[in-house]
Amino acid sequence: MLNTLLPILLFAALGLAVLGALRRVNLWRRGRASKVDLLGGLLAMPKRYMVDLHHVVARDKYIANTHVATALGFVLSALLAILVHGFGLHNRVLGYALLLASVLMFVGATFVYLRRRNPPSRLSKGPWMRLPKSLMAFSVSFFLVTLPVAGILPADFGGWLLAALLSVGVLWGVSEMFFGMTWGGPMKHAFAGALHLAWHRRAERFGGGRSTGLKPLDLNDKSAPLGVEKPKDFTWNQLLGFDACVQCGKCEAACPAFAAGQPLNPKKLIQDMVVGLAGGTDAKFAGSPYPSIDGGGKPIGEHGGNPHQPIVNGLVDADTLWSCTTCRACVEECPMMIEHVDAIVDMRRHLTLEKGATPNKGAEVLENLIATDNPGGFAPGGRLNWAADLNLPLFSETGSADVLFWVGDGAFDMRNQRTLRAFVKVLKAAKVDFAVLGLEERDSGDVARRLGDEATFQLLATRNIQTLAKYSFKRIVTCDPHSFHVLKNEYGAFNGDYVVQHHSTFMAELIGDGALNLGQHKGTSVTYHDPCYLGRYNGEYEAPREVLRALGIEVKEMQRSGFRSRCCGGGGGAPITDIPGKQRIPDMRMEDIRETGAELVAVGCPQCTAMLEGVVEPRPLIKDIAELVADALLEDAAPIKSPLKREPAEVH
Amino acid sequence: MTTNVISLVSIGAHPTSGRPRRAEQDARAVELGLQMAGDTLQVLHAGNIAEPTLRSYLGMGLPQLHVLEQPAGADALPVLSDYLREAGAHVVLTGSQAETGEGSGMLPFLLAEQLGWPLIVGLAQVESIEGGVAHVLQALPRGQRRRLKVRLPFLATVDNAAPKPRQSAYGPAQRGELAAHEVEVEEDELFTGAVLKPAKPRPKRLKVIKAKSGADRMKAATAKASGGGGQVLKGVSAEEGAQAILKLLIEEGVVR
Repeated sequence: MLNTLLPILLFAALGLAVLGALRRVNLWRRGRASKVDLLGGLLAMPKRYMVDLHHVVARDKYIANTHVATALGFVLSALLAILVHGFGLHNRVLGYALLLASVLMFVGATFVYLRRRNPPSRLSKGPWMRLPKSLMAFSVSFFLVTLPVAGILPADFGGWLLAALLSVGVLWGVSEMFFGMTWGGPMKHAFAGALHLAWHRRAERFGGGRSTGLKPLDLNDKSAPLGVEKPKDFTWNQLLGFDACVQCGKCEAACPAFAAGQPLNPKKLIQDMVVGLAGGTDAKFAGSPYPSIDGGGKPIGEHGGNPHQPIVNGLVDADTLWSCTTCRACVEECPMMIEHVDAIVDMRRHLTLEKGATPNKGAEVLENLIATDNPGGFAPGGRLNWAADLNLPLFSETGSADVLFWVGDGAFDMRNQRTLRAFVKVLKAAKVDFAVLGLEERDSGDVARRLGDEATFQLLATRNIQTLAKYSFKRIVTCDPHSFHVLKNEYGAFNGDYVVQHHSTFMAELIGDGALNLGQHKGTSVTYHDPCYLGRYNGEYEAPREVLRALGIEVKEMQRSGFRSRCCGGGGGAPITDIPGKQRIPDMRMEDIRETGAELVAVGCPQCTAMLEGVVEPRPLIKDIAELVADALLEDAAPIKSPLKREPAEVH
Repeated sequence: MTTNVISLVSIGAHPTSGRPRRAEQDARAVELGLQMAGDTLQVLHAGNIAEPTLRSYLGMGLPQLHVLEQPAGADALPVLSDYLREAGAHVVLTGSQAETGEGSGMLPFLLAEQLGWPLIVGLAQVESIEGGVAHVLQALPRGQRRRLKVRLPFLATVDNAAPKPRQSAYGPAQRGELAAHEVEVEEDELFTGAVLKPAKPRPKRLKVIKAKSGADRMKAATAKASGGGGQVLKGVSAEEGAQAILKLLIEEGVVR
């Protein structure tokens, strides 16, 4: 009986799976066009899956091994089951192979089950709690029905009752694994995930690459929407990316806004986008809700939408989008390499460019950027006041220099002026041939862009690029990781390609070349806070630590450092939109710092400096790396002057 | 009857950079107009239609902005009053004072005089408009409000007591239409014939606070400015009166 029933079950499930797949593909195709190498992507997919994705998953060894066993076991079992039971190839060797594969899958499933016995809060429950049992049903059923094929048991072993039980098991297994894969069950992540890896909007990320710059809007194309209003305004491969989410909640665990009790949970946001692309409400979401001020979380089931309905105030509240600090911790942690930040900025673009709904100080900051080229609305003529006594060489006078020192808007901030002056002291001590743009410099456009004002960003960017084109220099060095990121990764789209370095990288080079005469840092123990826009955005973790080592500092690392560094709360315009939460992000970061017992925290970003110094005393001191280096500079030993020997005057 | 509301706008200048921008008070006039009339609000500017800053008013969600085309130095008064009379406006809103040009703050008064309409200075809120009569709140110093009853049509200036203007968004700003109107150009001789000099800040009297306690300081900082030092002269001869006035003028440094 099983010999007739199994092929029917298998092929019926496969047929339904194909139908589901076609339906799902049509859902994605509602999105806008996107330039993707379709075939090349598919060919590159296995490598992306087994290398790039595995690297991310392997940060958690337990689940990496579990996943390898389960997924490999499942893929092999499924293929072999189709051959053996679907096509009736009752070959003994195939039978043994299938047995092995299902055992492998069962072992994996057992570990999934163990993880699910007492799951951490970041994991989604609901249908996901059923998955380990489904995996077991699939593997055990196919193991048992294959025993006769391998010749271990007689073909009619167990009689009707066992056959009936096994067919129920197989039915359960194939329903979850084949049918559920394309009709929205937990296994959807395998199907959508594989295609998402193939047609990822940032293919540069694979093979160890990095792609973090936001994609520009084409403002000249009047037919293109300004940002994303409805789910169908996303590109189709963004929609596909949302569908790939496995709801593992690594993003939720890493998100500073979620931890601070602001109404953002990256996982829920991605699931809301899935609701948006398929239509419906979020009632079935079985993970942590968006936090609310009262601590209970925003109620689930009240929001819904479809591809043709505006997202904000239907599916997602605007506060959720404005809580993001664009720190990219979620993207860094996501094993499916989903681009949360892109999606958030896309939706912010619509709110700012079409609705004029940037919250709190947003509108004022954007107006200031347009009218004064700096977010504070300071008189542009005061941009160089901090260096009034430093006699800085200006490009407008020299025309060329080795290094263009990009000062940034920190020029208007009295705290950051100390950092800038310290860095100038270092540059002068190392006798670097440098110059500044002075009054010709404008805001890099970072804040405008993260607040969704692409038009103002492009205005500032093109004007800065015009200015930079007038002068000749070998590289740009800046103390501000935000300017650094924008100049390095986002001006390229507007034909502004430069060699850009963060001052920590540059100082590490100077020290390596022996250009600085450095003493040792005195006294206090030091930890280092990685700025998001230097670390996660640009992969620079080592240079600042190298500089600190050169000062004789042994960095007391925080638990969350390097690529896991926690945001200071200052990115993405978050201090401007200022969405309330239960606690402040910099306070949480200061707690991380305190845990190390360090008395001083070295930073490399004006935003981080401002946010961390905003934490009430007593707290560790905050110093920029440039300040630490400048403090340790030794005056060049003055050349020993031989006392002048006067010739005796002759008197005639 | 729908109320026909027209807001007058000008080109502003950012206080620190001096670059053209949406004028702060005019933007408030547009905001108040939008709150009163919604989509039917008309916005009017007399000047150069090619000025890109005009689009920042459109960015507040206006489908179009009417521009009475004039070169710099032309008198806006006659063209505005002609237009307003013909447009059948019921309520005309303007900022109190322009940020560029003459910036005398006289335009609303002259307009009201020419049109023969009542003028409300410092309109904060329009409570109701019924049967050709509007109930409005006028802003007075220190957050006080005065309720006024005024017949339509009227002209009103708004200052910083009026609602904060909404953000100007790029999309609507680009899509909005600038509707040009050809008008007769009349030169503003008072403006073009005069020489402009930067204004000198008016000298400010130092406020000496001799408070001993925090409460006193608080009181001094928040209390109404009262005349205090005034002196009432009664039943004195003209000479004595003149003497007292001269003494005060010398004390104040007006007469040296």
